Amino acid sequence: MANYPILLSNRYTTPAAHQLAVAEKLGAYRAARKALTTMQPDAIKAEVKAANIRGRGGAGFPAGMKWGFLNPKPGQDVYLVINADEGEPGTFKDRTLMEKDPHRLIEGCIISMYAIGAHKCWIYVRCELVLAIARLEAAIAECHAKGYLGKRPFGKEHELQIFVHPGAGAYICGEETSLLNSLEGQRGEPRLKPPFPAVKGAFGMPTIVNNVETIASVPDVVELGGERWSNLSLLPPEMKDGGTRLYGVSGHVKRPGVYEAPVGITLRELIYDFGGGMIDPGRPLKGVIPGGSSTPVLRPEDKVHAPDPKHPMHKWHGKSHLDVPMAVDTMRNIGTMLGTCCAIVMDSSVNMVEAARNLMHFYSHESCGQCTPCREGTGWLHDVLTELCEGRGKARDVDLLVDIANNMMGNTICALADGTAMPMLALVRKFRAEFLAAAEKGVPESARLDTAVRAALLAGTPGQLAAGGAP
Amino acid sequence: MAFTLSPEREKKTEEILGRYPTKRAACIPILHLCQEQEGWVSPEAIAYVASRLGISTSEVQGVVTFYTMYHQEKPGQHTIWVCRTLSCDLMGGKAIQEHLEKRLGCHAGETSPDGRFTLKKAECLAGCGYAPMVQIDDRFYEGLTPAKLDGVLDHLAKTGALPVQAETPWYQDPATAPKIPAAAPAAPAAPAAPAAPAAAKS
Repeated sequence: MANYPILLSNRYTTPAAHQLAVAEKLGAYRAARKALTTMQPDAIKAEVKAANIRGRGGAGFPAGMKWGFLNPKPGQDVYLVINADEGEPGTFKDRTLMEKDPHRLIEGCIISMYAIGAHKCWIYVRCELVLAIARLEAAIAECHAKGYLGKRPFGKEHELQIFVHPGAGAYICGEETSLLNSLEGQRGEPRLKPPFPAVKGAFGMPTIVNNVETIASVPDVVELGGERWSNLSLLPPEMKDGGTRLYGVSGHVKRPGVYEAPVGITLRELIYDFGGGMIDPGRPLKGVIPGGSSTPVLRPEDKVHAPDPKHPMHKWHGKSHLDVPMAVDTMRNIGTMLGTCCAIVMDSSVNMVEAARNLMHFYSHESCGQCTPCREGTGWLHDVLTELCEGRGKARDVDLLVDIANNMMGNTICALADGTAMPMLALVRKFRAEFLAAAEKGVPESARLDTAVRAALLAGTPGQLAAGGAP
Repeated sequence: MAFTLSPEREKKTEEILGRYPTKRAACIPILHLCQEQEGWVSPEAIAYVASRLGISTSEVQGVVTFYTMYHQEKPGQHTIWVCRTLSCDLMGGKAIQEHLEKRLGCHAGETSPDGRFTLKKAECLAGCGYAPMVQIDDRFYEGLTPAKLDGVLDHLAKTGALPVQAETPWYQDPATAPKIPAAAPAAPAAPAAPAAPAAAKS
């Protein structure tokens, strides 16, 4: 396995690192003490800006710029809200931070609240993550006892309070305005933007909503300095995508899991090096969803086409999509998205129509129902795919999928519809023959999604299927 | 009889109300307390939350029906959620569901005839790398095979308690990871320090 510097996860392997005493021996709260006792808020904001942290929740928006949108009117409170509603299919990285090292997130919150002038922070965690919630609450209590939170954190006259707010099971609440409605005790329906949360967010006040991993990176940014942290990325500084991040890999690889590496490793490295390669040597890679299910699928045989030397992707012209660095802009330039940076790997046993049906079931279940194109469209896509899978489809249904998806894109309040339509369109475009074959004869029962592992699973001998077991 | 929370949950409710600038924001956590006590969210619990927060019952009802984790009917003694989203299904989520249906004698969405288990299909539970997985009450069981899952359920049947949730595996060793390039010692005033790594970068 490639060897890179480890920052975010450097306390993961220490037993009981979720406890303050253990975490502190390993450096926790050093950066918070430095920030609150020696730095001005503007200096911290400048470091975060220089760090080029692209938001780790999926959209990849520069965190420093987001903070810069804050301009509270006199008398207005500013709030920090942490998006820990991790639920994008394929994504399981934030959970490791909250379970294994909650103090890193709390420390990030302390520094960030001080920097943006907030006194209150809510960490919105999906309620299914019971262990994460318990560890965060225990960590907050430890910090109060130690004087790192409360009226005078680290002796500074700047009251800091952090609360854990549990969700109640809704994917849509990962959308930031929906999350804010849910925080306010409402149904989690997204709000129209503008106004953006930085102007009018939680409880009508200017609010910064950041992902867990984004905020958990802040202590290292303060400790190393923004520029130095940014330069840990494998990409040149002008690409403004800095630091290290957590990569996830799941599906048909030998060693699925979360790994920390600099921004800009390739999918090939993630799948074949970190992930240990395909689970069954007889079944090669067929497709990979690079960053959570809303990101369009990539095929290993597809190559970058950028013959123009001025094209930003020219450096990778002629190379496989697997050999493009994983970064916000590079992935966008090859027609997909970096998303949450957690890849789903599918081998040749997977029928893509069945995989599409699985995903569209998810989106039709999770659409909040507010906008018609999304509420109806996600359900129709699932219905049409069911007809195809069960042998009742027609060839024209394949175009119907494209038509429905195109009518969802850009026609709704939030990005859930786009996040449904984009992967749907990519699956049809890249695996059209398979969809047409399904229209002819359905998807046979033998093409279940678990073909690659079922025999071993039922025999109780998952062997090298490392899931939850030894590496 | 009117719905009431136990004294310790009532105390917790007071504490929760203090976390937010508005009373209404406490709706979701207080509904969780009601469900923790009763096993589900009954119409009486909804009326209680509405009056406690000074909002209408239909508003609370709207919240309860929006989110999947509130039981609107009394479930079995334990609830098993089987993750059936893509990463889990690639690794045998369906096989795990079929095994549970056979063992419990009920389909997903139903309660077993003995009333002990309610089986539900779940959408992604953030355990994708450790698939297939289930959530039983408040615990995750990951990297399952039917045999491993039987072990969990047998343990529950024998001892009355669920086994401890395992820590998720971690494969990288920070001890052998390279140090950060050009790590200048944490000198308080070193304005030139950030320039060094930038120059060292190719």
